[in-house]
Amino acid sequence: MKIYVCIKQVPDTETKIKLKADNGGIDPTGVKWVMNPYDEFAVEEALKLKEGGKATSVTVITLGPKARVVEALRTALAMGADDAVVVDAPEDLDPSATAKALAGAIKAEGGDFKFVLTGKLAIDDNAASVSQMLAEYLQAPHATVVSKLEAGDTNATIERETEGGTREVLQLTLPAVIAANKGLNMPRYASLPGIMKAKKKPVKELTLEAVGASAADIRVKFKNYQLPPEKPAVKMISGDSAAQAQTLAKLLREEAKVI
Amino acid sequence: MAHVLVFTEFANGQLKKGSLELLSAARKSGLKIQALALGTGAKGLADALGKEGVDEAIVGDNAAFDKYNPELFTEVVAGILSGKKPEVVLASSTMLARDLFPRVAARIGTGVTSDCTEIEISSSGDVKARRPMYAGKCTAEVAFENSPSKIVLMRPNQLTITPATAAKSPTVEEVSAPAKDLKTLVKEIVKGTSGKLDLTEANIIVAGGRGMKEPGNFKMLEDLADVLGATVGASRAVVDAGWVPHTMQVGQTGKTVAPTLYIAAGISGAIQHLAGMSGSKVIVAINKDANAPIFQKATYGIVGDAFEIVPLLTEEFKKLLHH
Repeated sequence: MKIYVCIKQVPDTETKIKLKADNGGIDPTGVKWVMNPYDEFAVEEALKLKEGGKATSVTVITLGPKARVVEALRTALAMGADDAVVVDAPEDLDPSATAKALAGAIKAEGGDFKFVLTGKLAIDDNAASVSQMLAEYLQAPHATVVSKLEAGDTNATIERETEGGTREVLQLTLPAVIAANKGLNMPRYASLPGIMKAKKKPVKELTLEAVGASAADIRVKFKNYQLPPEKPAVKMISGDSAAQAQTLAKLLREEAKVI
Repeated sequence: MAHVLVFTEFANGQLKKGSLELLSAARKSGLKIQALALGTGAKGLADALGKEGVDEAIVGDNAAFDKYNPELFTEVVAGILSGKKPEVVLASSTMLARDLFPRVAARIGTGVTSDCTEIEISSSGDVKARRPMYAGKCTAEVAFENSPSKIVLMRPNQLTITPATAAKSPTVEEVSAPAKDLKTLVKEIVKGTSGKLDLTEANIIVAGGRGMKEPGNFKMLEDLADVLGATVGASRAVVDAGWVPHTMQVGQTGKTVAPTLYIAAGISGAIQHLAGMSGSKVIVAINKDANAPIFQKATYGIVGDAFEIVPLLTEEFKKLLHH
């Protein structure tokens, strides 16, 4: 059975964010694009499942302006995925439209799967929505923030971390959609032979129309972007340790009024 | 008339602070307020909800809702939203809500946005919300399209709690747990041992990094946290080194937090850490290195040894708070 991994290309964490002149989004000039860090856990888990005989092949899917986002697919292929699908789409699709398009792409590929894996969230918009929406469109159970996955033939047991260090153990009837958290595994680096091989692996291109999605599926748009207000300069507290501690406690109580 | 539905969360018969924040925001709109509460004891909240100005309480006082099952909750909540058709749905951006509402939104064909820090609801049910993007490097306004119910998940600790001017006697409607074969089973829930508020809900966070020198010294941070009623967090460096569990990690691959007070002890402030805490209202940085990036985000800074200053600070707060 197949595993699909849905990945997203995002600006690298270290990238300095500048806004477009009309404040309608970020200025892409000079942005370094990488695979969303959480998606690396999803790709790694899929590869491990295949290596453990729990799946026959791993297909990675992404969505966005194809010339750019295909690079994220090449990274996943270099890690060891078998093949890839890119859905050519504009930048500004929201989670609803994205999930619908990804579900459409999976159905276009045959629809049979054991797992669909994603990252728990993408670090650009931090929505953490596509995985659950995708599960809804695929009529499969889902689990998010997953830090442990044990796959059987007909079901999977997962562990997820929630508030206050609480752990939940869920059993899902397969097929299922899983959103990976840090801690699930240690993503491998692409080897040089892996990178060479990835160049020859098939990447199928699909249009948004072919996967049954359109701009009409968008439910949420972002506008009027703003940079955060400049913070006033830090107030440094001098003196010996005892004096510093005393002054700080006093400032927090009397000036900042937070204690 | 347009109305707002608030998805409330509670513990030990008390509404959580985040829910009180949402109810304050809902009241401001002047719209009719419906409140949904799921779990054992939900019915007993009717009075408390009335005091918060709720017109209609929808309660699922059923042990089936005590453990969060994504599939069961989706079924119930999507059913309620389809029936009640609220213009606006508010919930706290908790782990539960963030897991649940995207799926609910997909089922009923509406929009959802999480992690908002600002919201205004007009008397006609229009929503103006703002949320951080790109790990807080900028913010954006959320515009809903084709969304019969606009679902907004608010980050806790962002909205002011205002007292309700008039108590109401809400109507109480009960919902039952649907009997349905589920593909999702909750096998086990192992409660965290800390018993403290989660990092994402905490009003005060005391976080430690490499500057605490060794794992045993996190006890000092716990002592400080106990005095302040705070929750202890950590940097990625000490989580990766195995000093403390990943659940305590603040930052990009950990938790995003926005408490009123964030004390960073011996944390240099890597960009990934700053991404997770720069939304805090007041930030205290204690670090030996005067050039550490954490000072650029701090409100108050102390160049010094966190290992030495933290216990002194604990004593100072003890004195202050016992007067």
